Amino acid sequence: MRRVPLLVTFLSGAAIASLFFIPHHKAQAVNSKLLEWTLVVYAFALILGSLSLWMSHAKKVKKRAEGWPYSMVTLVALLAIPGLGIWKGVGAGSPVGMIYDTVNAPLASSMFALLAFVIASAAFRAFRARSAEATLLLLTAIIMMIGRVSIGELISANLPGITEWLLDVPNLAAKRAIAIGVGLGAVSTALKIILGIERSYLGRS
Amino acid sequence: MRTGALGHVLARRMLPAAPLIASLLLAIPPRASARAPETAVPPGPELPAPTEFAAKDRPGDTGNAILVTWKIPPALPPDARIQIRRAEPPAYDWKDIATVEPGAQRYVDSSAKDKEVYRYEIRLVSASTPDTMGIAGASGPPLVSDPVASHDNWFRLERTNSLIANILFICLILGSISAARSGKKIFIRRIAGLNAIDEAIGRATEIGKKVLYVPGIQSMDDIQTIASVAILSHVAGATARYGADLDVPNRDPLTFAAAREVVRAAYLSEGRPDLFREEMVNYITYDQFAYTAAVAARMVRERPAAIFLVGYFFAESLILAETGQSTGAIQIAGQADPTQLPFFVATCDYTLIGEELYAASAYLTREPVLLGSMRGQDIAKGIIMLLGFLGIVAASIGIPWSAEIFKTR
Repeated sequence: MRRVPLLVTFLSGAAIASLFFIPHHKAQAVNSKLLEWTLVVYAFALILGSLSLWMSHAKKVKKRAEGWPYSMVTLVALLAIPGLGIWKGVGAGSPVGMIYDTVNAPLASSMFALLAFVIASAAFRAFRARSAEATLLLLTAIIMMIGRVSIGELISANLPGITEWLLDVPNLAAKRAIAIGVGLGAVSTALKIILGIERSYLGRS
Repeated sequence: MRTGALGHVLARRMLPAAPLIASLLLAIPPRASARAPETAVPPGPELPAPTEFAAKDRPGDTGNAILVTWKIPPALPPDARIQIRRAEPPAYDWKDIATVEPGAQRYVDSSAKDKEVYRYEIRLVSASTPDTMGIAGASGPPLVSDPVASHDNWFRLERTNSLIANILFICLILGSISAARSGKKIFIRRIAGLNAIDEAIGRATEIGKKVLYVPGIQSMDDIQTIASVAILSHVAGATARYGADLDVPNRDPLTFAAAREVVRAAYLSEGRPDLFREEMVNYITYDQFAYTAAVAARMVRERPAAIFLVGYFFAESLILAETGQSTGAIQIAGQADPTQLPFFVATCDYTLIGEELYAASAYLTREPVLLGSMRGQDIAKGIIMLLGFLGIVAASIGIPWSAEIFKTR
């Protein structure tokens, strides 16, 4: 039975890879169809995910575990939001749209805003000059930070140019080196998966 | 009278040849009548005509496109443009389709329909250059193409180089795997992040706290997620061996389904199915920041001893890694995208950088077949470095096509 998923993987992987080189509309139609199938699989996986969410929170509520009222809120939301969506629609001005705009969006923005603070604390830790490499990193960061703001040009007219050079030469060289390694690694991994050499993602047995 | 007689004689003598003359006259292409009425206007001599003008089906595409190409003559006025018009023979109802910069030297007419025949006309125009009458707005002589029609293609010609490179790379990988199968010993350098996996899980077991594994926020169609799920298989095997608790929160439903099966199989293969619980691998939400908030909250509330952040992350990478850092957990991260890597390097104890993520499976299992593929990758990298060096030399000595052969479209 393990051969069936491997065969499906091989056929779909080889087909999708070859479609990269075939522009004919019939081949592209096959590509679109395969992508549509992915959406169908996705929808079923979403049901599985929702069931997992329901069961883990229902268990907490049943056992009156720590923080169970929050689980209750989750369960109510899990039932109420899809219900409202089916009943009143999900467009702008609908109850689901309003809940999204007034609850979800501000909460997501707040979470995103945390990034400013965690960047500061991470930078503080990363830039402590404990070794020669860390000192070099600190110096580069100072040049970058000063050179990218208006005051940098007032201090020295060369600073913006130095920051551009840092970004375009050493930084870009390192990024490209990583990108080449990643590209080869990705192709190699894909090949191993298509040929059934790499099977860890299917689970070990 | 003489003239009349001569005319009569000539007429009599030429009469048998009349059908022949008529045929010859018909055979001469009706140049004036084949041109559109607009093109019959004598062009201004101020602007020259483009050269090497051609219109053809765009090679290697999905159809519905005609490629128009030309070369520009020297010394054009700065505001010179190429006016492109199209007609459908036999009618000559020319319609303007585009006015482009002459330097582009190509134009793709994406409004063409497959199997319909078109002719194209181009001419140089300049709003500031005076024409023969001294009025601004000169235009050069028009050039008309042969009839052309677009059609579908079965091979994307511009990706030939990519196909050749892929075939060579595949041969290299398969050759290396074959060499590894024959028992050839392969050296693999030490990867600290992967060596630390057992250490981190051992520590979690000792202090009786859980191991948190976050497989990124992308779906199974992303190769990094697949690599992450492969690492999860080894992590789950280790937690099963040591008896440590494992928690795998998911953002993507497909990743969730795959991760659950992988963890279940790992516990089975270690002979500890009794330790596996369905809720070990759980689904949270599809919303990026709601997921981030939930995972960060778990880190703070449950204080896992080891945190794995392996897969594809976006803006949440630093929020998660910094929260994990504040809890004092051992953190191992893995990411192939250079934009998020610095955040992990700054906040995690170990980071799998770029290709190390894809090497994890081979490194952890030490299977000769997987190690062989890594050797193939390294040889390919060496070849790319050599080609890069040769490319630098070729560009420096002025071989223009050297860069073109590596371009992918």
